[in-house]
Amino acid sequence: MAKNTLSSRFRKLDIDEFDENKFVDDHDEAVDNQGPDGAEIDNLIRQGDMMTAFHIALRNPPVITKNPAIKERALAIVLRVLTSFKSSDIEPAVKSLDRSGVDLLMKYIYRGFEKPSDNSSAILLQWHEKAFAVGGLGSIVRVLTARKTV
Amino acid sequence: MSLHQFLLEPITCHAWNRDRTQIAISPNNHEVHIYQKSGNQWVKSHELKEHNGHITGIDWAPKSDRIVTCGADRNAYVWSLKDGVWKPTLVILRINRAATFVKWSPLENKFAVGSGARLISVCYFESDNDWWVSKHIKKPIRSTVLSLDWHPNNVLLAAGSCDFKCRVFSAYIKEVEEKPGPTPWGSKMPFGAVLAEFGGAGGGGWVHSVSFSSSGNRLAWVSHDSTVTVVDGTKGSTPSQLKTEFLPLLSVLFISENSVVAAGHDCCPMLFRCDDGGSLTFVSKLDLPKASITRNISAMERFRNMDKRATTEDRNTALETLHQNSITQVSIYEGDQRDCRKFCTTGIDGAMTIWDFKSLEASIQGLRIM
Repeated sequence: MAKNTLSSRFRKLDIDEFDENKFVDDHDEAVDNQGPDGAEIDNLIRQGDMMTAFHIALRNPPVITKNPAIKERALAIVLRVLTSFKSSDIEPAVKSLDRSGVDLLMKYIYRGFEKPSDNSSAILLQWHEKAFAVGGLGSIVRVLTARKTV
Repeated sequence: MSLHQFLLEPITCHAWNRDRTQIAISPNNHEVHIYQKSGNQWVKSHELKEHNGHITGIDWAPKSDRIVTCGADRNAYVWSLKDGVWKPTLVILRINRAATFVKWSPLENKFAVGSGARLISVCYFESDNDWWVSKHIKKPIRSTVLSLDWHPNNVLLAAGSCDFKCRVFSAYIKEVEEKPGPTPWGSKMPFGAVLAEFGGAGGGGWVHSVSFSSSGNRLAWVSHDSTVTVVDGTKGSTPSQLKTEFLPLLSVLFISENSVVAAGHDCCPMLFRCDDGGSLTFVSKLDLPKASITRNISAMERFRNMDKRATTEDRNTALETLHQNSITQVSIYEGDQRDCRKFCTTGIDGAMTIWDFKSLEASIQGLRIM
């Protein structure tokens, strides 16, 4: 009974950070996107212009930053747009995206699945079905393997 | 398309001899089995037992008729046929993790071994001491090396690894060869120099397989994020990446200067075309199932199904593709990398299939290999 019950406040170094075998991912120095503009999206939703709101919401995804607040904000905006869509409008919206757009949409859909709210699951599942029809299994694999996530 | 089912065990890797009369395979254990073609059958002719761990790579040098194998026991052996028996020679790789891949160089005076020790061992024969010596390429590899391919000039080596990158290294060994001339990938090539590095950048997955084209100017790789990428060394260094909608591909091979065949977890080989501008497009799956015939089930079969499978339907659980499980390796069967006429695939289902481009072009509408 001795040393290990004393205070360990002297341990200031995290020795694992200095392990030379530790894999450090390349990080981009670029200043990252801040996510879509909430006010603009709100306006468009109020006007009923869902398509434009959809495209703006998917612009500037905060993929590089590690700041969770920015990511949460962007996610909330995108989910608000997705849940405000009518079921019949989902398919043309997905068709208007290019390959990387579909991958990005899939990333947001899976993030939306993580925290289901009252009505989000049903509409998200419809989005998932339409995005899967275009992106296939590859787009889901890219959600799983992506290291820069929304 | 002829499929041969060797055993039920997965075929981890395979290698052909020069005239394609013999195939060396490893049935997911410590041994290599060599099968000899006799008529339409494959007969086992040799068993190579020396490794203490699973065999992870086999390569058969066509001209010198030597086999090199590497395994999870951190060793590699070079096998030579003497009096009808394959005799192994141990190669000291000096690695402290399993070997993952091995490939003879085009002139067969060296071979490269990728390993989990985050390095590549390039081995050459030193005749003074009558043994194989290895030199290491370590920097800047940060994780397991999964796949290697040699450039036709016998010096450059492409490596795909688990740190999400595909790199081109120089494996120039001054003891066995002359200084190489300049190539589109670079002109100064001391041993271990990185001439090109692609990938990473936050996207991308493990690079499962890499392949140089026959001219050495183009390099293709497949990665775990379901993408195929080709880069043309003569046209600057921007790779052209194609995001597929399939499951990840595990093996890629140039079958002409403009066409690439890749196969993987979808159990089906796929053809991609790389045009002169360097951009990559998907052409076709090469294993299109024929229309299935729905038969009427006899009463006897119905009761048998009820007994065996607790179902009354004729639900066929087999996959529609020829291979019933992921394809892990694609190799050239007839022709060469400039103009391949037949290629061979082996996979986790223990089957080996030979694909013929002539019959593929006939059966698939509009398919032309260029």
